[in-house]
Amino acid sequence: MDILIQQVISGLATGGIYGSVALALVMIYQATDVVNYAQGEMAMFSTYLAWTMINAGLPYWVAFFGTLVLSFVGGVLIERIVIRPVEGAPILTIVIVCIGLLVILNSVAGWIYSYIQKPFPSPFPARPIKIGNVVFGAHDVGAIAVTLIVLALLYVFFRFTTLGLAMRAAAQNPASSRLCGIRVGWMLAIGWGLAALVGAVAGMMVAPIVFLDPNMMAGILIYAFASATLGGFTSPGGAVLGGLIVGVIENIVGTYVSFIGTELKLTVALALILVVLVFKPSGLFGRVAVHRV
Amino acid sequence: MTRRAPLLAVAVALAVALSLPLLVSNFRLFQFTQVGIYAIALLGLNMLTGYNGQISLGHGAFYAVGAYTTAIMIDRWQVPYPVTIVAAGVVCLVVGFLFGIPALRLEGLYLALATFALALAVPQILKYFEHWTGGSQGIVLSKPAPPWGLKISPDQWLYLFTLAILVVLFVLARNLLAGRTGRAIVAIRDNPIAAQAMGVNTALYKSLTFGVSAAYTGVAGALSALAIAFVAPDSFDVFRSITFLVGIVIGGLASISGAIFGALFIQFVPNWAQDISKAAPWAIYGVFLIVFMYVMPRGIAGALRLAFARATRRGTAESA
Repeated sequence: MDILIQQVISGLATGGIYGSVALALVMIYQATDVVNYAQGEMAMFSTYLAWTMINAGLPYWVAFFGTLVLSFVGGVLIERIVIRPVEGAPILTIVIVCIGLLVILNSVAGWIYSYIQKPFPSPFPARPIKIGNVVFGAHDVGAIAVTLIVLALLYVFFRFTTLGLAMRAAAQNPASSRLCGIRVGWMLAIGWGLAALVGAVAGMMVAPIVFLDPNMMAGILIYAFASATLGGFTSPGGAVLGGLIVGVIENIVGTYVSFIGTELKLTVALALILVVLVFKPSGLFGRVAVHRV
Repeated sequence: MTRRAPLLAVAVALAVALSLPLLVSNFRLFQFTQVGIYAIALLGLNMLTGYNGQISLGHGAFYAVGAYTTAIMIDRWQVPYPVTIVAAGVVCLVVGFLFGIPALRLEGLYLALATFALALAVPQILKYFEHWTGGSQGIVLSKPAPPWGLKISPDQWLYLFTLAILVVLFVLARNLLAGRTGRAIVAIRDNPIAAQAMGVNTALYKSLTFGVSAAYTGVAGALSALAIAFVAPDSFDVFRSITFLVGIVIGGLASISGAIFGALFIQFVPNWAQDISKAAPWAIYGVFLIVFMYVMPRGIAGALRLAFARATRRGTAESA
């Protein structure tokens, strides 16, 4: 029983990270109908920026917030410079541009920082927290807390600020929003910036667990896809909840189903995606797309 | 003149392709064999994605199934290699058709995700069935020798063999796509509901297209197993599937010649990128991708078609 609780907690910690990346995907998907395949690499690159600042001697939290600002600016710039020219192009063209972005970021990170794994510090104490017989990693608990805070802030931003409202309007009905004087193009750019920011948080929270290297986000991106599919690509809250569920399932299945172990973990994600798509393609909380004929 | 031009282009391309073994070294020829193999795979993917409008990010999986079918049949049962290629095509036809049935319910993004997950899982699954696939060690084959006592190197033979299969498959694909079936396939992409109203069995055609597309890619995978004489799980990672998608978009969607251009791109551009910058070749490759999409959003075949149309329009205007 204690092991089960521990596995659930650490599943929630990684699940929160999957959920954050899934949320970043959903934010961009809702605004532009594009799945950003470069989302994971953007997060990886942000984490390297944080690593550079920490290595230069800055305190952790200064580096943390500095990275958030840089990631936001980077995300906005990527939308303005790389994505904007193909805004009206067919979906596949945009997919290829995202893939181009993915290989560029991956390759440049490998070039600057080398492909050798680097340890990344955790801001939380190394000593585990003990409640009764159950032992939690302090980082796991901290990661859950940070993820929840970021999500709460995002919710408040989208729900209660004018800018958030404008962004939701631009995503939902670009033509009418433009007539109301909302600068739709810039709203999309800010959306990319925020997605990059959320991704950066996820990257910095996962790096102490998986170590920092240019390919660290590949597996996480897949779980994020699974999370977004499970929760529904049209539902931000669903994506986060989907992430938590996927994280817990992953840990429990890996521990208790012996033939899966670590070797077939990705296959579990595949099976999950397929099952959800076949039985409930819009996800648990997604809207069913209705087409007018 | 305008109507004969495509035929002329095909004749010139064939002549160049046939003279290559006399002109270039064995290593270059091996690279061109790869181009031929990729072209077959891309044509298969293009039928599905370009003509039928179903996005697949997982064709590397069928490529792997084809390659492993050939490798296992040769390694375990000493089956003659031409037979294994047909077998690989049939196996992938069935697997693709079966995968196509659940995929019927998925559209656009969701299908892309499902196939993407399939591509990701393939190396792990291959490693898991170690008894058949040799696990991470893979299976080592030997290059087939030229038959009938021909005085050519194995590389030259394999090139000609691949070229012959390529020509047959391209003619088949052209006939399939130019006729009644092809119109049904394109109609499903452009307007599924109208297609259904016209009496097209959408479900059947979509799964069939999936199957045929997988079969083409499987044949390509089988040929690659012969050409490289080695199969291992890690050479069928998700990156290969992505490369295929890049190939058809760069080459030109819904275009048969686009498969050749795309194959040339994915075979040679990474090498050029390596020549330009040893430190970050993939960054150069990525820049190439993005720039290509900016200047030729319809791919190389689309850009050529446009250029050709402009040139002939000017020609007729002058002659008139």
